[in-house]
Amino acid sequence: MAKTGALGDKIFKVLLMIAATSILLIVAAIFAMMLRSSLPTIKQFGVAFLFGTEWKPAQEVFGALPFIYGTVVSSLLSLLLAVPVSLGIAIFLVEQAPKKLARPIGFMVELLAAIPSVVYGLWGIFVLAPVIRNYIGPVLQGNLGFLPIFGGRVTGIGMLTAAIILALMITPIITAVVRDVLEAVPTTQREAAFALGATKWETTIIVLGNAASGIAGAVVLGLGRAIGETMAVTMVIGNSPQMSPSLFEPANTIASLLAANFAEATDKIYLSALIEIGLVLFLVTFIVNAFAKLLIMSVSRRMQRA
Amino acid sequence: MILKNLYITLFITAAVLFSFGCSGQKLGETNDGGDTGGTIRLQGSGSTFAKPMYEKWANEYGKLHPNVKIDYQGTGSGAGQKALLSKTSDFGASDDPMSDEDLAKGESPILHIPTVLGAVVLTYNLKDVKEPLRLTPETIADIYLGKIKKWNDPKLKADNPNTALPDADILPIYRADSSGTSAVFTDFLTKTNAEWKEKIGMNKQPSWITGVGIGAKGNDGVMGQVTQTPNAIGYVELTFAKANDLTTAQIKNRSGEFVAATPESVSAAVAETVAQMPDDLRIQITDTAAKNGYPIASYTYILVYKDQTNTAAGKALADFLWWALHDGNSFVEDLHYVPLPAGILSKVELKINSMTGGGKVLRQQ
Repeated sequence: MAKTGALGDKIFKVLLMIAATSILLIVAAIFAMMLRSSLPTIKQFGVAFLFGTEWKPAQEVFGALPFIYGTVVSSLLSLLLAVPVSLGIAIFLVEQAPKKLARPIGFMVELLAAIPSVVYGLWGIFVLAPVIRNYIGPVLQGNLGFLPIFGGRVTGIGMLTAAIILALMITPIITAVVRDVLEAVPTTQREAAFALGATKWETTIIVLGNAASGIAGAVVLGLGRAIGETMAVTMVIGNSPQMSPSLFEPANTIASLLAANFAEATDKIYLSALIEIGLVLFLVTFIVNAFAKLLIMSVSRRMQRA
Repeated sequence: MILKNLYITLFITAAVLFSFGCSGQKLGETNDGGDTGGTIRLQGSGSTFAKPMYEKWANEYGKLHPNVKIDYQGTGSGAGQKALLSKTSDFGASDDPMSDEDLAKGESPILHIPTVLGAVVLTYNLKDVKEPLRLTPETIADIYLGKIKKWNDPKLKADNPNTALPDADILPIYRADSSGTSAVFTDFLTKTNAEWKEKIGMNKQPSWITGVGIGAKGNDGVMGQVTQTPNAIGYVELTFAKANDLTTAQIKNRSGEFVAATPESVSAAVAETVAQMPDDLRIQITDTAAKNGYPIASYTYILVYKDQTNTAAGKALADFLWWALHDGNSFVEDLHYVPLPAGILSKVELKINSMTGGGKVLRQQ
């Protein structure tokens, strides 16, 4: 083996440092740029921008709350739908499925992840929306209509449709990552559990416990995509800045608002408002990620103790 | 640990790609029309309504002049105005004329070149209603203001006595993006309905009443929602409705006639305004006084700087515009647009011939 010497090591280290710090710089630069561009609305509206419930560009009234609400609710709802399914698929693939079945299913899941979001959106308009309007909506409203979340008008376009589309889009990502995490758990642990007389179920619980932080990471990754999704959401959410408790009513998310309007904002104050709401999305993502990290830490600690 | 790093990397890659994605469009559009290697490239963007027309013209013109490549992107009228102002496009396209305020933002004077005419139609999804629905400015306004909620509302029944209107909730669909179609639609309602004028007014991106209806992106988005959702109503450009065989409503004009949108009724509406055309050619022609005129019609414009910084590209642009309004006219009706009336064409010719490059007139007359 040729000697590279101490100098080579040093150069290598510096190169790596540059690569690593450039990411920090890029994030800081994006943040600074957005902050600077949104100063006009920050100055004019202050905190009211965050808590205002009216978004009327024509009258220069900008309140971001309906969009923050829509973003958070649609993302969390999609996680609620996607996480159990993804966990189920991943556990099946790693712990239960025979090799012959695991490979094609795994392949299909990865294929789902590669579908462009506009295709999900089209499918949402042409397939999912009619199904919700004609079957799911009336059934839920008929039986559970007394709950505010199932009230309102069932048009097929709205929060629930968007959340289901998002759930479909993030399921493959969460599944793929969870599968890799579970595969990384040493086989000796499963063998040890079986040796102590554990059932398959009990063994799986132990494996899940050891993989908890990785699983939580997968969920955060899925959440990131759900929060930032634009096109598919724009196509099915109804683009109405309202905060209705009903899941059937139209809503809007920050990413969807930006996708629909950014190219067309000619007005300085309107552009500033759009950039500020982008900044809000940045912060919402940051807070949600930080919150998820805390959750991961507490879960994995509890799991390790058990 | 590897996995953790992996998802961090993925997240960051996504963030970086996203930020590039945001600026990508602008970079792609940056083109000052330089004559690289003998080929002149012209970049235009804006109006989605006029997109089929401009693409057809660009394509046909390219066959005749292989050294001129014209690329048109249907980004929306608002974006077209913005692209011209920021000089990321050689020409912009907009259905509604630029405001005085926006014109003042231009580095140098901007010309409005009307190209063709179109109409905004109301299309609806009522599968049991065969005959065309009759709507008045008042009922349209009330539907979009949330005052008429059901299809069998007495006001609608009064205008459509022979139609079996269902006892169903109306779902109004509107444009979620800034749009020339919305501008024309709200301009008509602002002129004809006092309550509309007070509550919403004329705007490319009106502030819709919260809780009434849903928004969709683009003419095709509105069309998709209407065709997919029973009992929905929406407004789209006539070309979209024609190309997709949508049922459209007859609209009551100022003379009290219910008129369907056809090339003839749009021509009638525009003929009546020829004399009123101002020198800068910016005009709204909704709410026509013509007896058989369709009341929600409009010009659509190409926007160019009067003085072109790049002489070669400017000359190509002026020649293209001239060709489009003369030889290119033969493609207009096939695509369901309405050509400019003769009285207007002569005014537009003067505008095209007034274009200069570096202070010199571009077209020799």
